[in-house]
Amino acid sequence: MIMKTRLLGQVYQFSNLKELFAKANEEKSGDRLANIAAESVQERIAAKQVLANLTIADIRNHPLIPAEEDEVSRIIEEQVNEPAYRRIQNWTIAELREYILDDTTTGEDLIRLSCGLTSEMIAAVAKLMSNLDLIHAANKLEIITKCNIAIGQKGTLASRLQPNHPTDNVEGMLASLKEGLSYGIGDAVIGINPVDDSVESVKRLLQATYDFIQDWNIPTQNCVLAHVTTQMKAIEQGAPADMIFQSIAGTEAANKSFGITASLLDEANQMIRELGTSTGPQRLYFETGQGSELSAESHFGVDQMTLESRNYGFAKRYDPYILNTVVGFIGPEYLYDSKQVVRAGLEDHFMAKMHGIPMGVDICYTNHIRADQNDIEDLGVLLTAAGVNFVIATPMGDDCMLNYQSLSYHDVATLRQTMNRRPAPLFEAWLENVGIMKDGKLTSRAGDLTLFHK
Amino acid sequence: MNTELIESITKLIIEKIGKPSEEKLASESGMVKLWDHLSPENQYIVTGSDSHDGAQNSNGLVKLWDHVKADESKSAGYKEENTILPELETRIGVSSPCHPEALQEWVTKTPARIGIGRAGLRPKIETWLRFRLDHGAAVDAVYGSVQQELLKSLNLFTVRTMVDQKEEYIRRPDLGRKLSEEAKRTIREKCQYKPKVQIIASDGLSSQAIEKNLEDVYLSFLQSLDQLGIEYGTSFYIEKGRVASMDEVGEILEPEVVVLFIGERPGLVSSESLSAYLCYKPRKGTIEADRMVISNIHSGGIPPVEAGAYLGSVVQKILKYQASGVSLVRKEG
Repeated sequence: MIMKTRLLGQVYQFSNLKELFAKANEEKSGDRLANIAAESVQERIAAKQVLANLTIADIRNHPLIPAEEDEVSRIIEEQVNEPAYRRIQNWTIAELREYILDDTTTGEDLIRLSCGLTSEMIAAVAKLMSNLDLIHAANKLEIITKCNIAIGQKGTLASRLQPNHPTDNVEGMLASLKEGLSYGIGDAVIGINPVDDSVESVKRLLQATYDFIQDWNIPTQNCVLAHVTTQMKAIEQGAPADMIFQSIAGTEAANKSFGITASLLDEANQMIRELGTSTGPQRLYFETGQGSELSAESHFGVDQMTLESRNYGFAKRYDPYILNTVVGFIGPEYLYDSKQVVRAGLEDHFMAKMHGIPMGVDICYTNHIRADQNDIEDLGVLLTAAGVNFVIATPMGDDCMLNYQSLSYHDVATLRQTMNRRPAPLFEAWLENVGIMKDGKLTSRAGDLTLFHK
Repeated sequence: MNTELIESITKLIIEKIGKPSEEKLASESGMVKLWDHLSPENQYIVTGSDSHDGAQNSNGLVKLWDHVKADESKSAGYKEENTILPELETRIGVSSPCHPEALQEWVTKTPARIGIGRAGLRPKIETWLRFRLDHGAAVDAVYGSVQQELLKSLNLFTVRTMVDQKEEYIRRPDLGRKLSEEAKRTIREKCQYKPKVQIIASDGLSSQAIEKNLEDVYLSFLQSLDQLGIEYGTSFYIEKGRVASMDEVGEILEPEVVVLFIGERPGLVSSESLSAYLCYKPRKGTIEADRMVISNIHSGGIPPVEAGAYLGSVVQKILKYQASGVSLVRKEG
């Protein structure tokens, strides 16, 4: 392995892959916080050059977090398809990038390729890609999954309807839910973040969404995003849930700080198959986001982008229905401003799709980060162009419970119509049925929540 | 820059806000008109001077901005009205709803911005501007500090973390989790050792949250603990603290339960939302999943007095099971 280069008369030497991976990243405040970022743009470019010349085998042979020490590493390692790996092990990361971008390489080719890759290799190649590289390559990949309905088809843009309420008031939640449906939102999931993470509260919200979906025959799925253990209790006690949700991370230690292990998620997956209300086969929902391992002080000196990629390797084990990064939520100490949020959003989407993950993005920002609604509208356009499976939408972009801003119902409708995207097919047929959409366009009735008055 | 003019305009605007009968006033005194949204032909800004204030120029009219050229503006005319724009609001905007009464009722069920209608596929301008305005206010709430009078009235002394400036607080959460050496000394000196319950408050990301809610939630929480017969130690305030700063307090005082009231990241609906984090025996290395949180404590969410009472029963449960968070869920069975 050559770990040294000279650029513009300056010699750059990297002592190990952890350091090299971190320094090859585009600027992120989280890498600075962890004290592992490149000192200058020149050093960043030097790291990218060195990384480009490493081989796929170099990365496999020098694990960033050894499998003996970490459950997530073990899971990623065990998933590698050995014949697929052997075919490409001598490629450099530069060659890997060129193969991905090659005009004759199809999405199917990429999925076949990725069976032989680890999460670290996928992160490595993403470090060599520009924003438009990431958009163009991700757009080749079509990842379709089905819970009650299938989403992810080329030419579609699905959405999670997020009708949160600051006191979990059912009537208030339903009002936001109706508003969202009237804009054609909700094909990926009707997913509520509860304020009160108790079993009773989760049961109440699951029942309310389930009843509403039944009443109106809506082809979608419900979910209440409490901790996995709380959802399991609620489901055991008979609450109707189509999916189980959990936030995950890229190291065993960080997962532990979330109160989860691989075997707990195995149990959850088993339970939702046996007791869930959906037809499947996919029935899990995960959320991720760069910086969570550092936030939990469980990052082991590995950069946040590489750790994020490991989330997808971990998630792959469970064949989830949907997964999304919550890209601007974690805060400015990890992603400082809109430029960093845009970059992270495109990286996460590409890296997840390369793992075969049905990737969505919560395109969002908090009020202590340097970004505003215009910035995330931009990222909405970029990710729609990249073929994102779904995005999250809240009333007017304002989540009045989680206190952050995401895309609005209006934004999703606008992205679809401006960029020729449709809702998931079964959901669109339903929208036509209730008179909200016609030929891919919202009708004059759309936007009237009282359509759902009985 | 004509200072006198600006002062006179400002004064007029302030007076105007206090007077309800706008139209009448306008026709009588013929004064400041900023923008009359009801009459499209008058979309230019004209200010006049009031004879009482004596800030007149030669023709008695000062034009601040006029998108119609002077000679074309004759037909439009200058309406010398004394009008100010109404506050931006998130209004009901659905055109011809199927059930207008349901619409009126449903929008009252949630602070979410619903029933707002659309301009094509986009939001209407007033709704959009109100949203941007609220975002601006929320950003401002991040920076700001808590009045010492409030803390004194609640008998809370103040200690600091390793953070100096707010910008550093935002970029370096690790420093917000650590107490300064002086803070550790002060806490050791002033606080009861090994209390059942240790109560702490911190501004976190919103000083407004403490200002608006701490008094109510704190006093009702104390009352609730008293009623349940649960003892508590010496409460204090941590300036620019993070949630995990409770771990250092746990190391020093070794309480059974810590309850930390901390300002949440401001949202658009409320920039004064407070959270109460609870943890059984927080110490160095405590995992996040063992903390519990009651969030959204503010007048538009969980009312602070109710939250305080509820927290007492949560503490009782934590003490009973000797666990919090995910561990509590497990033990509860």
